[in-house]
Amino acid sequence: MSTLAPDRKAELRRDRSPRKDRLLRGMRTPGGAVFLLLLVLLAAVIFVNPSFGEPGSLIRFIGRTAPIAIAAIGQYFVIVSGEFDLSMGSVVTAQVIIAGNLIGQDDAKVLPVLLLMLVFGALIGLINGLVTTLLKIPSFIVTLGMMLALLGLVLYWTGGAATGNPADSFRQIGRGGIENIPVLEILPYPVLILLAIAAGAFWLMRRPYGRTLVAVGDNARAAALTGARVWWIRTRAFILSSLAATVAGIILVGYAGVHPSVGRGYEFTAITAVVLGGVVLGGGRGWVLSAAAGAFALEMLFALLNFAGVASTWRDTVQGIIIVAAVAAGARTWERRRRGASSATHDKQTPIAQPPAVGANEGGK
Amino acid sequence: MKITSRLTSTHIVYLVVLLTIIAGTILVAAAGRSFFSAGNISSILTGTSVLGFIAIGQTLVILVGSLDLSVPYVVSLSSLLAAGIMANQPANILPGVLLALAVAAVIGLINGLVVSGLKVHGFIATLGTGLIISGYLATNYKGSSGQAPLSFRLVGATGLGPVPISTLIMLACAAVVLLVLDRTRLGHSMYAVGGDINVARMSGIRTSTPIIAAHIICSVLAGMAGLLLAARLGVGSPTIGSQGGYDLLSIAAVVLGGTLLAGGKGSLVGTLGGVLIFAMIDNIMSVLQINPFLKDVVRGIVIVAAVAVYAGRRVVNRTARFDDTPQETVSTRQEVGA
Repeated sequence: MSTLAPDRKAELRRDRSPRKDRLLRGMRTPGGAVFLLLLVLLAAVIFVNPSFGEPGSLIRFIGRTAPIAIAAIGQYFVIVSGEFDLSMGSVVTAQVIIAGNLIGQDDAKVLPVLLLMLVFGALIGLINGLVTTLLKIPSFIVTLGMMLALLGLVLYWTGGAATGNPADSFRQIGRGGIENIPVLEILPYPVLILLAIAAGAFWLMRRPYGRTLVAVGDNARAAALTGARVWWIRTRAFILSSLAATVAGIILVGYAGVHPSVGRGYEFTAITAVVLGGVVLGGGRGWVLSAAAGAFALEMLFALLNFAGVASTWRDTVQGIIIVAAVAAGARTWERRRRGASSATHDKQTPIAQPPAVGANEGGK
Repeated sequence: MKITSRLTSTHIVYLVVLLTIIAGTILVAAAGRSFFSAGNISSILTGTSVLGFIAIGQTLVILVGSLDLSVPYVVSLSSLLAAGIMANQPANILPGVLLALAVAAVIGLINGLVVSGLKVHGFIATLGTGLIISGYLATNYKGSSGQAPLSFRLVGATGLGPVPISTLIMLACAAVVLLVLDRTRLGHSMYAVGGDINVARMSGIRTSTPIIAAHIICSVLAGMAGLLLAARLGVGSPTIGSQGGYDLLSIAAVVLGGTLLAGGKGSLVGTLGGVLIFAMIDNIMSVLQINPFLKDVVRGIVIVAAVAVYAGRRVVNRTARFDDTPQETVSTRQEVGA
């Protein structure tokens, strides 16, 4: 039942429209349009400040944006399953402070503490997920409680003022890179980490887990009736989200150092990026790489405002207008696709199946 | 058996309130003070008023299936506008109050139009308007500004016995909103739209009206909270709203009060219970002089634990307009099935 017979597979392939058509159609969805938005913003930034277009400064920009893009990828898993993760910012802050306090100037501690941070991140996600799914509490409330409690605990532990400067070898993860690369000058480690995580997320979303995750987000009851273990699927999404926040925290230690304000507001920025990437709040729709592209579009927008000489205090306002406008435009597109143009998902020229012969059973197979 | 099935979330909220009172009495007595002294009751009730205003509005917005994350910025903006116009002149109190509330209403109207007209999720729409206001505040105000005249400041300072005037105003607002929810067509359509917007539309309800109305009322009440804070501080402040974290706390209070985050089911009375629980816990913790960082930990745990108590339990819908006992519903359903 689960595996398709070879001829059915061939039939599926035949019924798909050509790659070019699918690409064009994808561009018309919000998840595809965010890549166009990104290109337009990039062109605008380069127009305002031509030196931004040099490969060296572009790759540095990607490195700077990597933590927020990674956080957006993590948040995507939770949002596409129909939940929220508001504890992300607190997890980032907690991890930054853990790194600062536990590593110190001791190179030998880097690896054990790194492992501890990953385990801690997974544990936070596990708690978020289990409380949400097993106690049936809205994730908005669970992760809000986690956000308050975790930040409070960490600040209590450090007495409110985070101190400590982790060893340079640890900070290199966020700061350093592979040097002496021909065109780019330097290839920052965050870019490599982001690429690895994006590839992993892309792969995961094509696995049965990813497919089921989207199905759970679209209709949890239907997914449960088809035999999916909804609680465990959602819990794993929360674990992935917290792990992503942990990785973002590790990178941010290198960039920003140890401070309790690092990571503040990360949850809203990540959710904004995910939504800008065309992922629908409430779950069931959206592409994981669009979420990452949403993060880049957001940061590119800030870069544009910066170069255009807009006072940094107006940043919030412009961000607000763009989010609302982008999501409003996105809502329109989905609506149109669902109403009128839904027939275009199948090319009318190639029939889905041969019409059954007279007297044959339905489908004839 | 029958009693437990009749227990709605609102009842449970007030059981939790009772539990908090008992715990508070014991804990505060252990610290050698009285939980029921006039001063303490007054300080608890004072703690309810600001969050109360916002949570009442947030209840309406959540009932129609939206969210309002812009409230902290509306609070700050309204405190600044009012204090700026008053400029220590008692004659300017009325214009100041009216302008602040009018601006708040316009913000609510925009929120409502974006949510209902452009079909943007309330989370994003109000996050967006909140950011827009936040940028305006950061650009135009460098710090506290304006000055509230003494007669206006008295609103925040006086009380009838142990009950502060501000709490009375908040309760009066709650009563009006409760009346709207339970007795008017607007209130009933709010429940209907929040329950299922498509069914509501097909039943002949103009779905945009309740959404827009809920957002306007929510913003105006947030404006009232800003006025109250201006009266208490004597000045307007651009950060007073975001410092208080009123967006998330008010949503937590609403959910604590038994309203479904998805909308359509819930009660305003429950929300007031939720606000009271928050105010009492804050009061107990400050009497016990708990470390301010640990306070957040307790708050976080209480929010989750309190919601856990009645997770998955029956949530009060609205006042029953027809006498439909559960047995009848079951029998009709069977008839339809057969």
